[in-house]
Amino acid sequence: MHVNVTAEQQEILAMVRQFATEEVLPRAGRIDETAEYPADLVAKMADLGLMGVPFPEEYGGAGLDYVTFALIVEELCRADASVGLIMDVNISLCGEPIYMFGTDAQKKRYLTPLATGAALGALAMTEPEAGSDAASIRTTADKRGDRYVLNGRKIFITNGEQADIYIVTAKTDRAARSRGITDFIVEKTMPGVSFTTHYEKMGIRGSPTTDVVLENVEVPEENVLGGVGNGFRVTMDTLDAGRIGIAAQAIGIARAALEDSLAYARERVQFGRPIADFEAIQFMLADMATQIQAARTLMLRAAALRDRNIPCARESAMAKLFAGDMAVQVTSEAVQVFGGYGYMHEYPVERHMRDAKITQIYEGTNQIQRLVVARQVAGT
Amino acid sequence: MSEGLTAEQEMIRDAARTFAQEIVAPRAAEIDRTHDFPADLVRRAAQLDLMGIIVPEEYGGTALGHLAFAVYVEEVAAVSGALAVILDVHSSVGTEPIVDWGSDEQKRRYLPRLAAGEMLGAFALTEPESGSDAASLQTTAERVGDRYVLNGTKTFITNVGVADLYIVMARTGGPGARGISAFLVEKGMKGLGFGQPMHKMGLHGSPTGEILLDDVEVPEENRLGPEGAGFKVAMKALDSGRIGISAQAVGLARGALDLAVEYAKQRVQFGQPIIQFEGIQFMIADMATAVDAARLMTWDAAAACDAAEPFTLLASMAKLFATDTAMTVTTDAVQIFGGYGYIKEFPVERFMRDAKATQIYEGTNQIQRIVIARELLRGD
Repeated sequence: MHVNVTAEQQEILAMVRQFATEEVLPRAGRIDETAEYPADLVAKMADLGLMGVPFPEEYGGAGLDYVTFALIVEELCRADASVGLIMDVNISLCGEPIYMFGTDAQKKRYLTPLATGAALGALAMTEPEAGSDAASIRTTADKRGDRYVLNGRKIFITNGEQADIYIVTAKTDRAARSRGITDFIVEKTMPGVSFTTHYEKMGIRGSPTTDVVLENVEVPEENVLGGVGNGFRVTMDTLDAGRIGIAAQAIGIARAALEDSLAYARERVQFGRPIADFEAIQFMLADMATQIQAARTLMLRAAALRDRNIPCARESAMAKLFAGDMAVQVTSEAVQVFGGYGYMHEYPVERHMRDAKITQIYEGTNQIQRLVVARQVAGT
Repeated sequence: MSEGLTAEQEMIRDAARTFAQEIVAPRAAEIDRTHDFPADLVRRAAQLDLMGIIVPEEYGGTALGHLAFAVYVEEVAAVSGALAVILDVHSSVGTEPIVDWGSDEQKRRYLPRLAAGEMLGAFALTEPESGSDAASLQTTAERVGDRYVLNGTKTFITNVGVADLYIVMARTGGPGARGISAFLVEKGMKGLGFGQPMHKMGLHGSPTGEILLDDVEVPEENRLGPEGAGFKVAMKALDSGRIGISAQAVGLARGALDLAVEYAKQRVQFGQPIIQFEGIQFMIADMATAVDAARLMTWDAAAACDAAEPFTLLASMAKLFATDTAMTVTTDAVQIFGGYGYIKEFPVERFMRDAKATQIYEGTNQIQRIVIARELLRGD
């Protein structure tokens, strides 16, 4: 599938690029150092309409498509992978499932603030004993009258305590595996919601990652998202779309590494000439650029399928798998191009390498992606 | 539909797939074994209107463009790399330069016969001492009255001997790229001879060998493009030629992948089909992901070419990625077949042998990396 980026999309991307280059990029080093949540930049993204890119205008979104969304994530992550991720998770893991599976009332109540940036969203699925094996969660939701009472502990939650709205997966039927799972929309202010560990991470340090603890949290039944027992299906669909965003993030990080490497290779002189003149460096740069391009074609195809409402589990898994592995490889090569300087904190490429690693792990490890792809390819 | 092809492109794919699966596939192993040029299959392709896909309709072609061409070459290559390169070279480097550079007279004279498959095309640039360094070629074309007299040796020429028309690059001026002109040399012209067919590792049945030019008199009206433009003619031909080679590589990789998946479903070890093992699943997932990315890159380059946009970078990236993919995927396919994969009774070893050539011809992948790096470093 050849996805043509239209003139209108180019214009939007130019606007995002300007914001990313002028306001986000100069902050990236400091955000990484301090691991502080860049609240002001999130507010600016909201002002620019970036927090609700693919949602209809009636819910406060920008009314754009998923292809544009993915390209915007790439642009933001090219400047700072944390800033891009905050916006990506808000949209793909929280806004998107509400948009796809929510009732009209839920959309009005929750999607609108998420899309306008009045609230921040998160997805709370992973648990200490339920990582790749997502159906084995232990968080419970017991029906009491017209409410559900939630108990459990979620870990590794992106946007963590900064979020206001959470999609929480919980067992409404403890005996069943995936069919016993229901998704709930949980508000931060609901009594019993608390946050414990704030994780110190290797990379994407400006993106807050915390535990979310649910202690007798009473959730009204109208906050069930997508039907009782449908939670696994809702979450898997969410992740199909989410993986496109992670692919975009990986591509943005890799692009940063390539662009930094190109600039460095042009100016760094050894043996009397810029190292860009050496074939060994040229080959590295060519491979990096080619791998990025390959990842982008996979990402754009998956996003274009999503826009057409065509199932894209295979395609988004391929995009995430390839882009994540590619980003780790390309950023590591960038450090190599920079040599000793690349290993130093003063230069940005070691951050790119640290940021890239997570893209192989979250929203389904690349090992899980391979299982998804193999199952689809072999029809088993 | 999920692949985003037009109805016309889908028609070509279906026609090419039927031709490939029903007519070519049963012959592929025998062609590999005997090394016989499959003249009858080339005739069948002509009858199916597959040989003039990039020739304008006014000259008897179907003018369906490069994307349709890539789709068609992939289908043929998925069963026979040899027939794919015969047909690819005929259309791309063997015919397209006449579409791009030919005079009205030259187009009228040659294109209808090439499009109908009455003539088979070939492209003669490489010489014994001039491979990647194409501008150093030594074949001469001396102007004598209203003719040119050509002398020299060309080597590694695909379709050698069986082709009826050769686009020959020869030196009309001083050293370097600007001293080169292109000529349309017909089989049967006095002094044109062919060396013994070369015995190759793969692509058996696609004849490869030397062209010996011994005082070949070529009328002035057979010069293709202006005098001194030969290098440009050749480079432009190779730019779009790379789309065809990418498509051939995608086809070889896909063919090997399909065989590997089928085999893995049937082959039982440790009490279950080997496709049930994660080790095999992961290989298949990586193979399928790379094949998809290679195809998407090939189609991107083809679409840009069809839209008359710059596509040198995209075509080089596609060629590099697709042919490296063909090599890894066919090697992994042999691995999945285990010992059987190494045995000639099974088809996968042929795919691996065929794939190797794609990393070498129409610009080695090392040359592609130089082209890509040059574009990147010039870029910003």
